[in-house]
Amino acid sequence: MTSHLFSTSTNGETHPLTYRLREDRGYVDLTEFQQKDGYEALRTTLRDLSPDDLIENMKTANLRGRGGGGFSAGVKWSLTARGDDHPRGYIVCNADEMEPGTFKDRMLMEEIPHLLIEGMILAGYANNARMGYIFLRGEYVLAAERIEQALSEAREAGILGPKVCDSDFDFDIFLHTGAGRYICGEETALINSLEGRRANPRSKPPFPGQSGAWGKPTVVNNVETLCNVPAIALHGGEWYQNLSGGRSDDGGTKIFGVSGRVKRPGLVELPMGVTGAELLDMAGGMRDGLELKTWLPGGGSTGFLLPEHLELPLEFDAIGKAGSRLGTGLMTVVAPNQSVVSLTRNLEEFFARESCGWCTPCRDGLPWSVKLLRAIERGEGEEGDIDMLVSLAHDIGPGKTFCAHAPGAAMPLETAIEHFRHEFEAGIRHQKREAHAEPIPVGSV
Amino acid sequence: MTMDTPATGNTRASKASQGNLIASVGRTDDFELTDEERHEIEHEMGHYENPRAASIGALKIVQKRRGWVSDGAVIAISDVLGIPSSDIEGVATFYSLIFRQPVGRHVILVCDSSSCFLTGHDELRDAISSELGIGLGQTTGDDRFTMLPVCCLGACDRGPALMINEDLHGPVDPGDVSALLERYS
Repeated sequence: MTSHLFSTSTNGETHPLTYRLREDRGYVDLTEFQQKDGYEALRTTLRDLSPDDLIENMKTANLRGRGGGGFSAGVKWSLTARGDDHPRGYIVCNADEMEPGTFKDRMLMEEIPHLLIEGMILAGYANNARMGYIFLRGEYVLAAERIEQALSEAREAGILGPKVCDSDFDFDIFLHTGAGRYICGEETALINSLEGRRANPRSKPPFPGQSGAWGKPTVVNNVETLCNVPAIALHGGEWYQNLSGGRSDDGGTKIFGVSGRVKRPGLVELPMGVTGAELLDMAGGMRDGLELKTWLPGGGSTGFLLPEHLELPLEFDAIGKAGSRLGTGLMTVVAPNQSVVSLTRNLEEFFARESCGWCTPCRDGLPWSVKLLRAIERGEGEEGDIDMLVSLAHDIGPGKTFCAHAPGAAMPLETAIEHFRHEFEAGIRHQKREAHAEPIPVGSV
Repeated sequence: MTMDTPATGNTRASKASQGNLIASVGRTDDFELTDEERHEIEHEMGHYENPRAASIGALKIVQKRRGWVSDGAVIAISDVLGIPSSDIEGVATFYSLIFRQPVGRHVILVCDSSSCFLTGHDELRDAISSELGIGLGQTTGDDRFTMLPVCCLGACDRGPALMINEDLHGPVDPGDVSALLERYS
């Protein structure tokens, strides 16, 4: 049961992430991976490039974090504490894919885990790390099997372990599987979880690049981010940046995707800057001949956008200016007969349940928003409830908590009210009955 | 509060386990790790700078064989790792896939995140509920099934999706629930 790809290509210069996928979409083993130039980037880099060269390439590439944060991976790497005064640290792959609407890392790990391994070894070389951990969510059972298989193939071939590919560089990778909780995807919470603690985020600074796992310099990167590294190392940062030439300043390609009420949900690798309209078209449009009502551009912690925003380039800045975030770049689409109030309630219930409880605004504010949203959904909202939701969204926003969990929850709430205030007003008790939108259950088929 | 603790809705066991917790504090004589479990936990410890890092793995190792993590197991794990049992308990109660109460032979994880919500999660959950006579967080009287909510399963293109044990299913038509559950005896 592999995800549908809207289009494929075997051209490594245009589709660096997916060109090696098999037609039958099975596991690309070490032999096949190497036949398709796999680990060539690693061998070349270890022979010809210094860690600083690789970091420069990464900065030029302008590869922005594919887990949803959008921070430049090259800049992140350049801030890692390296050199003789610092202990060798860790590369941690954030494979805790749990953002609602996001199913891209699963495909990469199930089908081509060697690409991730190659990216991690290169990240280890650039950041002077001695070891890597893949922090994988426990539910990804097939991905775990495939990663373990790939790790043992790579160890046997001398690609992992002492003297990687006969160089002077030692590096090994372990698979660490989690036990649930969305908050583990937050990089400092992930480090706590890796250390065997509750996944509460840590106060920053110090940033993980200075002091992360067990106090050592630690670089946390998303699966897709790391999978981009081999091609950047092989072809250079400028080549990668130009992949999205003319469409976006953000470098490279990305795995985009569509789910929700579309005819043919799926994934596709395209340059940064593709539009939502193009993706929706590839997915066959909306189901049942319906129009698009609203969409989330990249997961549950991104803001609602309108049909008019479909023409915007999917890149971090343009989507940010429209009042949302690119997030993971996988669209979730909503049909006109689905209630935005109900969907917002579903999202806030998710964030309330998944709050780690460390910071009061998040721990108390999110359940409060759920209570208000449930009342409005039932048509039993009180006057002032909408203003209270707006005020709550503000009070849990950026800067009020250790991590981005609560601000992430605030974004769909704020934008839902901004774009669909009439639906919320219809759920307030004093409103006349005829103003009440037909509350079609959001999940009805 | 709306925070769901896994399996807390299990009406059969919730009161009883509170009593057990108090009665068994400090007692390990009713629980012993098997040699195999101990060996696996010690192997996990070797992957990290500090044995504490194996705590989640150790809980999973015990749960894999016994279905859940008893009070005695928490204490036994803390002995192997050399850290306080309160820390192990803190970890065990934090993570949603660690069960501190008995669960059914088969655990159904129903994805309730946005894409599944938009493609029929409520109908699917209700179909399972009426088929089994349990709600989220509950276990059937014959200990066959426990149903729990789960974060986005990363199967948004197959919504509504669910997992039964280690098997991912989706899209699941509410009308097919009965036949699907038949496969898990």
